[in-house]
Amino acid sequence: MKNENKQFTVSIYTENNIGLLNRISAIFQRRHMNVESLNTSPSEIEGVSRFTLVVNITESQMKKVIGQIEKQVEVIKAYYHTEDEIIYQESCLFKIKSELLFDERQIQNIIKESNARIVTVNKDFFAIEKSGRKEEIDLLYRELNVFGIMQFTRSGRVAVTKEEMRISTMLKAFQH
Amino acid sequence: MKETQTIENQTKTSETTERISGSEAVIKCLLAEGIDILYGYPGGAIMPVYDELYKYQDKIHHVLSRHEQGAAHAAQGYARISGKVGVAMATSGPGATNLITGIADAQIDSTPLVCITGQVGSHLLGSDAFQETDIVGISTPVTKWNHQITKASEIPEVFAKAFYIAKSGRPGPVLIDITKDAQFEEFDFKYEKCKGVRSYKPVPNTDENSLKAAAKLINNAKKPLIIWGQGVILGKAEEEFKAVIEKAGIPSAWTILGASAIKTSHPLNVGMVGMHGNYAPNVLTNECDVLIAIGMRFDDRVTGNLATYAKQAKIVHFEIDPAEVDKNVKTDVAVLGDARASLKDLLPLLNANSHNDWHQKFKDLYKIEYDKVIKNDLHPTKEGLTMGEVLKEINIQTKGEAAIVSDVGQHQMIACRYAEFNKTKSNITSGGLGTMGFALPAAIGAKMAAPNREVVMIAGDGGYQMNIQELGTIFQQKVPVKIVVLNNEFLGMVRQWQQLFFDKRYASTEMVNPDFVAIAKGYHIDAKKVSERKDLKAAVKEMIDCEGPYFLEVRVEKEGNVFPMIPTGASVSDIRLE
Repeated sequence: MKNENKQFTVSIYTENNIGLLNRISAIFQRRHMNVESLNTSPSEIEGVSRFTLVVNITESQMKKVIGQIEKQVEVIKAYYHTEDEIIYQESCLFKIKSELLFDERQIQNIIKESNARIVTVNKDFFAIEKSGRKEEIDLLYRELNVFGIMQFTRSGRVAVTKEEMRISTMLKAFQH
Repeated sequence: MKETQTIENQTKTSETTERISGSEAVIKCLLAEGIDILYGYPGGAIMPVYDELYKYQDKIHHVLSRHEQGAAHAAQGYARISGKVGVAMATSGPGATNLITGIADAQIDSTPLVCITGQVGSHLLGSDAFQETDIVGISTPVTKWNHQITKASEIPEVFAKAFYIAKSGRPGPVLIDITKDAQFEEFDFKYEKCKGVRSYKPVPNTDENSLKAAAKLINNAKKPLIIWGQGVILGKAEEEFKAVIEKAGIPSAWTILGASAIKTSHPLNVGMVGMHGNYAPNVLTNECDVLIAIGMRFDDRVTGNLATYAKQAKIVHFEIDPAEVDKNVKTDVAVLGDARASLKDLLPLLNANSHNDWHQKFKDLYKIEYDKVIKNDLHPTKEGLTMGEVLKEINIQTKGEAAIVSDVGQHQMIACRYAEFNKTKSNITSGGLGTMGFALPAAIGAKMAAPNREVVMIAGDGGYQMNIQELGTIFQQKVPVKIVVLNNEFLGMVRQWQQLFFDKRYASTEMVNPDFVAIAKGYHIDAKKVSERKDLKAAVKEMIDCEGPYFLEVRVEKEGNVFPMIPTGASVSDIRLE
């Protein structure tokens, strides 16, 4: 059981520096671990960036990798979480031919029921945005795929934790 | 050496600003960090800095290597023997990539280095310009930290940070890449030493309870064994370490990089662990009840098969790098922190003990190893010189005071097994990376950092030729290193494996060698070759007595093997004596 792969969401608070993405991705690459998704953005603290990654590895591997990530000079703190410990979302966009919106009445119902949103419509195509869990997006994809999708893209996972992370306190502690 | 200590403790700040070029700022940063020697090789993209070096040559000595890899290893040798930061410099492109092996070696062996590379002008970055290479990208996985400077104004802060990161906590190599336009650019220079980086905690806090738990395990142990590593040396914890083992009476074994932290002859020193280590500490690793690891990282060459490694023992791990805890071996008690501080605090918590019966086991197993291996290595009766007897002769002639700089392979294992160490920082070798070609340039750096110490380089005929061009550096700089090549006309360690595990199929391990004495003499280095036992003593004496550099080639038996040996994948207690 200990050696079973599990899905972990990794949150990394870092300085905002060129090259850090390379350093962090190299930690996974070197151990032959595939990163399922990756998102970088500013965090709640000014000047501090936040990476959110999803990986499928064993918990023992996860702990060691967290150690290696935290060892990087410009990493402030790294955490890993299982799904029940976080609130997470992914976002996606579909581009579909405009004529389908009128020819296939079903599409409007699908959009409504899935809580998706039409972002733009013009005479050639319309774009739908949907945020949610992976399964919801997968479902919407399957439903729309029947009619034909011109383009589809999904973002990496973004997540906040249920527990507090105390990064500000930690930054103060670094300065003694 | 003592001067830098004081400089390190001061916060040296240049009060006023002055308008200078980026390249002059580089030199001023190095001077502010107490650097008076650096190793390197010039080229297009670093020429402005070399131009400044020319103006500052009375303050800072640049040693021209014959290959950038030589410069990196020389800086490593310098750092390893002095505890100071070694500095290497190269141009962009091939100059920079040639440093990489040395940087990787420094990373895995925790050696503080600052490497400076020139880079093409910032307007050319990413254009595949002449001698452009993404050295920041290439060096990322093998540096503790790296940074590209494109504006002169970044230089003081980046250099201050680089030196701070390289030497603090668990040391390591740092690379600074500077575009050529940043070297030319003028700016208002002001230097302030780095006192901290907000996202970086070099030394983790030590939990008092972990120390108490460690002391309790040690005090209750009937058969404790200490394995120490380079952390004791890097942490300047030799005295504290000695006090701990002497009070608790614990047999103590070393990893290859931990060698020389206490004297070889210390009664509690039970030898080296690992693949070609001593019989007793390897076998008894699987018999001890408490294994105390101090500043070591359970490398696979130390542990053999992890599934059968010290399973019966409680594990206590003193470690500065939290990422090393539970990485390879699950610990029962981890004491995070600096070795010196932790051992100092541990001492009063320990009960005095002697563990006489337990010690006897080490002595009994030593006797077995002596009869089966050591006797034949050091006092051979058969024809053909052994590597061991050469080491023994060097021990005698240097009275165990020399720093031994070894390369990689059979001779390295023999050197580590048999060299007599009376002083700390006396075993300079490539441990983690196993870099052939390390020894000759590293010996140059070591001798320049510690001119009053005898520095004896020992290499095989294979590794010697990997950086043989550094004889030119020795000649030009007049570095009085003693160069010993143990020539068996084979890549001996690989040949040994071929003999034992590949049915003696000696694929590409036999070497047809040049006249090494003639080559040394070509560089005006005194040189001699011996191939008979009767000539060995006099030859070693002549080498040690020589004031300048000296080259000694010893023809040793062609197919000698290094034992004991833990075959790959075997357990430490399955160590073979023959």
